[in-house]
Amino acid sequence: MEQKSLFSVISPIMAGPSSSHTAGAVRLGLMARNIYKNTFSKVIFILYNSFAATGFGHGTDKGLLAGVLGYSVDDPDIKNIFNKTKGIDYSYEYREDISRHPNSVDIIFDDKMSISGDSVGAGEIRINSIDGFSVNIDGTYDTLLLMYKDRPGMISTVSDIIQKQKINIASLHCDRDSKGGTASMYLALDIPVGDDVVEKVRQIKDVFFVTNIRKLK
Amino acid sequence: MTVLSFSELEIKCNNACKSIYEIAQENESVLSGDDVDVIRLRVLEDLLAMKDAIKNGLGSKEKAVSGWCGDDCAKLIEKYKIKPALFGKIFEKITIYALATAEENLRMGRIVACPTAGSCGIVPSVITAVSEEQKIPESEQINGLLTAGMIGLIISNKVQLAGAVAGCQAECGVASAMAAGALVQMSGGSTKEILNAAALVLKNILGLTCDPVCGLVEVPCIKRNAFLAIHAVVAAELALCGVESKIPIDEIVDTLKITGQLMSPLLKETSLGGLAKTHTAMKLEKKLYAGKSIHS
Repeated sequence: MEQKSLFSVISPIMAGPSSSHTAGAVRLGLMARNIYKNTFSKVIFILYNSFAATGFGHGTDKGLLAGVLGYSVDDPDIKNIFNKTKGIDYSYEYREDISRHPNSVDIIFDDKMSISGDSVGAGEIRINSIDGFSVNIDGTYDTLLLMYKDRPGMISTVSDIIQKQKINIASLHCDRDSKGGTASMYLALDIPVGDDVVEKVRQIKDVFFVTNIRKLK
Repeated sequence: MTVLSFSELEIKCNNACKSIYEIAQENESVLSGDDVDVIRLRVLEDLLAMKDAIKNGLGSKEKAVSGWCGDDCAKLIEKYKIKPALFGKIFEKITIYALATAEENLRMGRIVACPTAGSCGIVPSVITAVSEEQKIPESEQINGLLTAGMIGLIISNKVQLAGAVAGCQAECGVASAMAAGALVQMSGGSTKEILNAAALVLKNILGLTCDPVCGLVEVPCIKRNAFLAIHAVVAAELALCGVESKIPIDEIVDTLKITGQLMSPLLKETSLGGLAKTHTAMKLEKKLYAGKSIHS
């Protein structure tokens, strides 16, 4: 069983009013920003269930936007974020979907990448899907994420590259849409990999997307 | 190393002749790879941020989005200057500090989630008020906060601490159990007394719903922080007198979890039931949320 830190209960130091609906929202935004990485001109937030029902009152809309803009959870400017967007086109949609977690959001950058995540309580978050591929990234580890054409041997090829860097893999997870179809792999690492490693993984045959995702502070 | 239950924690404490806070800081040290001193510094950072939030809250009457709340703490301060509270100085300070923190939270001010932001006033008000009045040194306040953290952590291994998952049981309820444990620790109580205090709190918050009016962390959240801070004091006093919970704390936590599952989603932070569906609440909601939620 994964062990939780004491500081998941007596932190974060944050701008109010809700750890799940405000701090969790900021962290989901920050994590999405770490995943997308590119500068963006447009972002759409689709809020589900409790996020959709009460998000406005909890500043969830402000928190998500502050997160994708790189603000930290305790930044006193979060409450004024709508005045600090520097021309970015942002919008919100509100939906109900009982198959989703009570506090759930899709963050769509530039109509190109869709990142889904949940705020699971006490400010903790989980990114569970990127462009429809299931992942499980909670922001506590530096992560290497790749997408590729499903074939045998991919795990050993990737882990071999990581191992040569003497970096320990904390966990590894794969998913695919069908045998021989599109697959995703993410590796939680004890220390982050550099751009050189990302480049090496990119060179592997059948890999068509790779990125390193920094953990949250 | 992970402590999964309170009975396991009690055995660990007894076998090693250690207090809960010692187990907590040692476990955290192993988990993070940092020295115990570093862990204690991080706890101190939280403690100081809690006190900053109280200070900021004491000096503000700024209202929040709704325009309803934000000036109740000031009312207590004014009144107690003229006529002291019936229950004395510690009662005054706990209620004032709890409201100060909770009001600072609704203004989107900087607070410490403990365990959540909606319940952020409970642990800080109890630790700070009692420490000031009883001249409890900082290191013992850190011990108190570590004890509170360990109680919250064990509960969170079984139940997600979110109103959307288990109602306010899992927010202000758990915060109150944490505060009671901290208070018993700072008063020199035993492991058994700490766990009894937490158990006594939890038995009395079962079924507590999360039905915030208009989805704001204001009604009934702000005042609930003051109520459940005092609730923690009652539990701590009983436990320190040797009163025991007839139902062991682990079974109460299981009950809390099941009660959360039985609770209708309408009463779990959706603002679709309870106080949020009263005539007055719905009138305000209509005004506040035009175009900004699934309600519209």
